[in-house]
Amino acid sequence: MHAVYGFVVGPLAWIAGAVFVLGLVFRLWVFYDLARRKDPMVLEYMSPKYALRSILHWSIPFHPVNSRRHPVMTAVTFLFHLSLVFTPLFLGAHMMLMDYYHGLSWPTLPDPLADLLTVVVIGACVFFGVRRVVRPEVRYVTTAKDWAILVLVALPFVTGFLAYHQIGPYQAMVVLHILSGEGWLMAIPFTRLSHMMLAPFIRGYIGSEFGAVRHARDW
Amino acid sequence: MTGTTPPTAPRKIQPDPGLDDALARLDESKIQKVVQRVLANETGARLKAYVETCVRCGLCSDGCHYYLSHDGDPQYSPVGKVKQTIWELLKHKGRVSPEALRRMALVAYTECNLCRRCAMYCPMGIDTAYMIQVTRRICHLLGVTPRYIQDTAHSHAATMNQMWVKEDEWIDSLLWQEDEAREEIPHLRIPLDKDGADIMYSVIAPEPKFQTQLIYLAAVILNESGLNWTMPSAPGWDNSDMAMFTGDFEIMGRLKRKHFELAQRLKVKRIVMGECGHAFRSVYDVGNRWLGWRSEPVPVVHAIEFYWELLTTGRLKVARKYEKKVTFHDPCNIVRGRGLHERPAKWSGPFVRISWRCIPTGNITIAAAREAESSTPARRTKPSGWKA
Ligand code: SF4
Ligand code: SF4
Repeated sequence: MHAVYGFVVGPLAWIAGAVFVLGLVFRLWVFYDLARRKDPMVLEYMSPKYALRSILHWSIPFHPVNSRRHPVMTAVTFLFHLSLVFTPLFLGAHMMLMDYYHGLSWPTLPDPLADLLTVVVIGACVFFGVRRVVRPEVRYVTTAKDWAILVLVALPFVTGFLAYHQIGPYQAMVVLHILSGEGWLMAIPFTRLSHMMLAPFIRGYIGSEFGAVRHARDW
Repeated sequence: MTGTTPPTAPRKIQPDPGLDDALARLDESKIQKVVQRVLANETGARLKAYVETCVRCGLCSDGCHYYLSHDGDPQYSPVGKVKQTIWELLKHKGRVSPEALRRMALVAYTECNLCRRCAMYCPMGIDTAYMIQVTRRICHLLGVTPRYIQDTAHSHAATMNQMWVKEDEWIDSLLWQEDEAREEIPHLRIPLDKDGADIMYSVIAPEPKFQTQLIYLAAVILNESGLNWTMPSAPGWDNSDMAMFTGDFEIMGRLKRKHFELAQRLKVKRIVMGECGHAFRSVYDVGNRWLGWRSEPVPVVHAIEFYWELLTTGRLKVARKYEKKVTFHDPCNIVRGRGLHERPAKWSGPFVRISWRCIPTGNITIAAAREAESSTPARRTKPSGWKA
């Protein structure tokens, strides 16, 4: 088990980080190149002012009309995304690992809060899953891939939670936690999770069209 | 969370020779060839980004009047329609049967009118109308278009106007309306081909064809406002564009080039157009881009914006406000296409409400759905409450 642990926190962590970062850069380049060659309209009409206007308006919960029409979904989505990003970055245990291996440290969240945010992520995943089943318009377009991604996102948090509370075989849980977290990172550039990087550009482009050309709002 | 399951309504498909005859000539490999050609040559970053990042959340549904007016039938939601068309084509690399293509053509031509409302509802800003337009483009190149709308596109190709109006009939109609109007206002003129006028007034072909008095009314307004204006006698006077809606971008390009070149030949300062919304989209947003003009080469002013200008500059005074209540339908191409929604509100009578009951006149009610399918495009949307 120690050897496995050594591998997942060592070489595999490097690989995952590299795939994540290089993957994002590569995919961004692919899209930029594609836009330049085959969709020059996108670059031509992109307006930084209106792109930012659109992104800003959509960053405020309950501000766009549609986010008010779905208040529960809006609340869950915002909490989910915030917790998803901040919990792993500011978890004390993660910082300590970085400190141990690379001598890096930064302020962290108190453990009970991190624990709560973890529960928020898991709860949100359950909510999204339920929504995929009970909302007909979501069920109609849901595929196996969507379930796989939901599980992939939830897994590091579920295993992290179990490991922290020492439920189940601790060492195996930790290894599973690290593995799934690395899997998640590596999947981001190449799956629907790439909306992390592409959504601002898509939003920015439609915001530019709506703002600069059509003189209308898009929120 | 409202968890009712709406029925996925069975469709009554009516025969449409425009679709049936074309489909009978096709097979999977012919279809695949065209799909792959379009995907390779005409699509790029947008399609790839939209397809790969859509998280299938269904939040765009509430934006769509088809979805709302079909009691939340998921087949009518924007993402549901993308699933039945572009996703399907991509999944099979374009190798789909003629029957499958029929379903896609029906979705693309009769169940989405490209109004772009869903783009305002998707948190990511995915433009479903664009993907449905790509589907229409593919259908057009395969010859699979509903007959009635195709006929108007043929008319565009042959006459440069939508309604088979011949050149002499057009000039006759203008002279006739001038005559009629002079009964009322003796000094009124409809100046033809006046060189260097400030304004070229352009209309859609259904005006001379069915509603000729609209030209009379416009002439009265332009005349009373004391403007230096003209109407062209040559083809290119029609600003409408059904070819844009069938996916026939080549004809669209010819139409718009003709239109703008006519204005340039007359050396007018700007083109003022009648009320037609889809025509505005074609001259202001879509057709010009196809030709490589970033925006219109001759400024185009839509009727609402123009009347607004006349009223606010005092060129035109309103004698009496219309006192009855007014409902303002959602004209996508000038509201989401130009932000003109507030103007009618300010100068119409007691302005009651904006109705989201879309009347997809141009490309669906008049054209595509005549024969193509049984779905009732102008069904009334119901108010809906909060959802999860
Ligand atoms: S473009 Fe309009 S009609 Fe088409 S799916 Fe979106 S909201 Fe519905
Ligand atoms: S709202 Fe946007 S991301 Fe969600 S299903 Fe619709 S198109 Fe896809």
